[in-house]
Amino acid sequence: MASEEMEQLVRREYTQGFVTDIESDTAPPGLNEDTIAFISKKKEEPQWMLDWRLEAFEQWKKMSEPDWSHLDYPPIDYQAISYFSAPKKPEDRPQSLDEVDPKLLETYEKLGIPLHERAALAGVAVDAVFDSVSVTTTFKDKLAEAGVIFCSISEAIREHPELVKQYLGTVVSRGDNFFAALNSAVFTDGSFVYVPEGVECPMELSTYFRINAANTGQFERTLIICDKQAQVSYLEGCTAPQRDENQLHAAVVELVALDDAYIKYSTVQNWYPGDEDGKGGIYNFVTKRGDCRGDRSKISWTQVETGSAITWKYPSCLLRGDDSVGEFYSVAVTNGRQQADTGTKMIHIGKNTKSTIVSKGIAAGRSDQAYRGLVKILPRAENARNFTQCDSLLIGDQCGAHTFPYQEISNSKSMVEHEATTSKIGEDQLFYCQSRGINEEDAVNMIVNGFCKDVFQELPMEFAVEAEALLSVTLEGSVG
Amino acid sequence: MLEIKDLHASIDGTEILKGINLTINPGEVHAIMGPNGAGKSTLSAVLAGNEGYEVTQGTITFEGEDLLEMAVEDRARAGLLMGFQYPVEIPGVKNVYLLKAALNAQREARGEGEIPAPEFMKLVREKLAYMKMDNSFLQRAVNEGFSGGEKKRNEILQMLVLQPKLALLDEIDSGLDIDAMKVVSQGVNSLRSEDRSILMVTHYQRLLNHIEPDVVHILMDGRVVKSGDKTLATEVEDRGYDWLTEGSVA
Repeated sequence: MASEEMEQLVRREYTQGFVTDIESDTAPPGLNEDTIAFISKKKEEPQWMLDWRLEAFEQWKKMSEPDWSHLDYPPIDYQAISYFSAPKKPEDRPQSLDEVDPKLLETYEKLGIPLHERAALAGVAVDAVFDSVSVTTTFKDKLAEAGVIFCSISEAIREHPELVKQYLGTVVSRGDNFFAALNSAVFTDGSFVYVPEGVECPMELSTYFRINAANTGQFERTLIICDKQAQVSYLEGCTAPQRDENQLHAAVVELVALDDAYIKYSTVQNWYPGDEDGKGGIYNFVTKRGDCRGDRSKISWTQVETGSAITWKYPSCLLRGDDSVGEFYSVAVTNGRQQADTGTKMIHIGKNTKSTIVSKGIAAGRSDQAYRGLVKILPRAENARNFTQCDSLLIGDQCGAHTFPYQEISNSKSMVEHEATTSKIGEDQLFYCQSRGINEEDAVNMIVNGFCKDVFQELPMEFAVEAEALLSVTLEGSVG
Repeated sequence: MLEIKDLHASIDGTEILKGINLTINPGEVHAIMGPNGAGKSTLSAVLAGNEGYEVTQGTITFEGEDLLEMAVEDRARAGLLMGFQYPVEIPGVKNVYLLKAALNAQREARGEGEIPAPEFMKLVREKLAYMKMDNSFLQRAVNEGFSGGEKKRNEILQMLVLQPKLALLDEIDSGLDIDAMKVVSQGVNSLRSEDRSILMVTHYQRLLNHIEPDVVHILMDGRVVKSGDKTLATEVEDRGYDWLTEGSVA
């Protein structure tokens, strides 16, 4: 959809009143079969879905939280968490931008976020928020014309059960890992996309629509299926800092690409990182995996990670089809007390499969981050190719960056290349820029953006511009 | 333009500059020569504002202002620009972007607005041609993969675009073949004007055949031991530096 069209839509006067389809019920803290049944009922799910959830819960109970990551956080009490909370009532939310933290608004300003979006992002109630219903309807019509299904996962479970049954949990199984099992048991929200054979999705499925969603689920579940020769570009997240009362986030994203299909998945993650001491920040434990199930299929992950107190995330590709291609482009920025353990897995199963990994880590303040990557080439994957480039940039001397590359190669007809660098942001580079009259902060931004260029150029244009602005806001005050 | 009085500077506690006095008037071209370890690079670094060096004594006045009190970027904005001996590479940052940011920073300091894009491109293309550089230079990352000669040309290109009041050239001739030397000196010579001064630091007299200085200073062991006109450079080329210290002892 053209952005002007979008602008017009969102400027339209609010006419229908605040729409909410969930009664403001909140499940009591704790997790057991009853909680899961409650969620399933709230979502008006069929029995098979509830059964699916309960089986996941059974598996989860037998699992323990992974402790191999390079992260340090206090133990999470899973019985103290409420697994279902309805969005805040309008009267409990800020009634206008005047009631919103001026610091937050200042950040929106710096990021260049349009005025009407700021209100929505800050959670302002009722008439300040643009009418999401009409926007949703209009773009849905356009997608429907092309035969693309784009809806919430809950809606998909009700309206397209055959597709959900066929694909849900086939990329990330319920027992895949501790957080995936938890998510499978209690997920409450997320997106569903199906692009039918031969269709190129007529618009980028962007964050623009996502911010209208009532609230972002704590346990999001996203499933994207691209049928043969279909294409889609999906944009997740938002550059604006997002606050959330739920500290623990454990999302699962599954992508399925059939023969000759192409899925491009871009993420900008900017959850609240916590205060100066790291208090109150979001813990983000995400399982993202793409399955290049068909021959010549391609899945490309691009992520810009700047938020959260804790990030645990490894968007991966299973390269099953012959000649399939997996890509991972990542910029992870940590400042303050943030910790990130992120990377990717490329599993080469089919012949002539190719993967590319470009990871750029920037650590500032007292933050700590790790790149963790696995390139696995199975015996059948003849002529598989991988190229990995993994660079870290340190700002200051109290931060840390670590690289954990793993390679498992089981045939001799493959090629794996790995390049890694760690550098401190060059005093001499800074000096050079400053001696040209450029102030220190601008110089840092310039150097950091240059460092990330290989990844930013993979982002959709609009996102790339925002990402650059986001980087400078994130690193503000990290030098000097 | 520039007045250095009794300048002492040290690095890691070792005194390198031991009382430098130097005055450069508008329109003058000065050359500083001296053997290795005389303090030439230290002097350039102190003028540019490199924090690795500690000024322990003395003053530097630039255009009536206390230069030592000015931040690195403010020196550049005030019109003191350093051409580096070893320009650093900045991966991913396009040359054109650095040039524009630098020019706009100066304009901002002068209270002017940002330069309009077409005007900027016209200016840059003109200067590129003058330095016999291809337009593709603009799209390449700053100094990344540049040959020694290309880096030096790029330094002069920045001077031509930024038009400093005082151009400080640190060993601008090092690593240049004869053709590149001609282009670089042509660029520097085009900067000469009544209200602009140039301070060159060099090892070799050959640069001074291309860029004729008004004044030559010989720097040895952290002091200016002799100043004279351009014939002093030729004399040093013929006789070496030793006679100067012997003379000063005698």
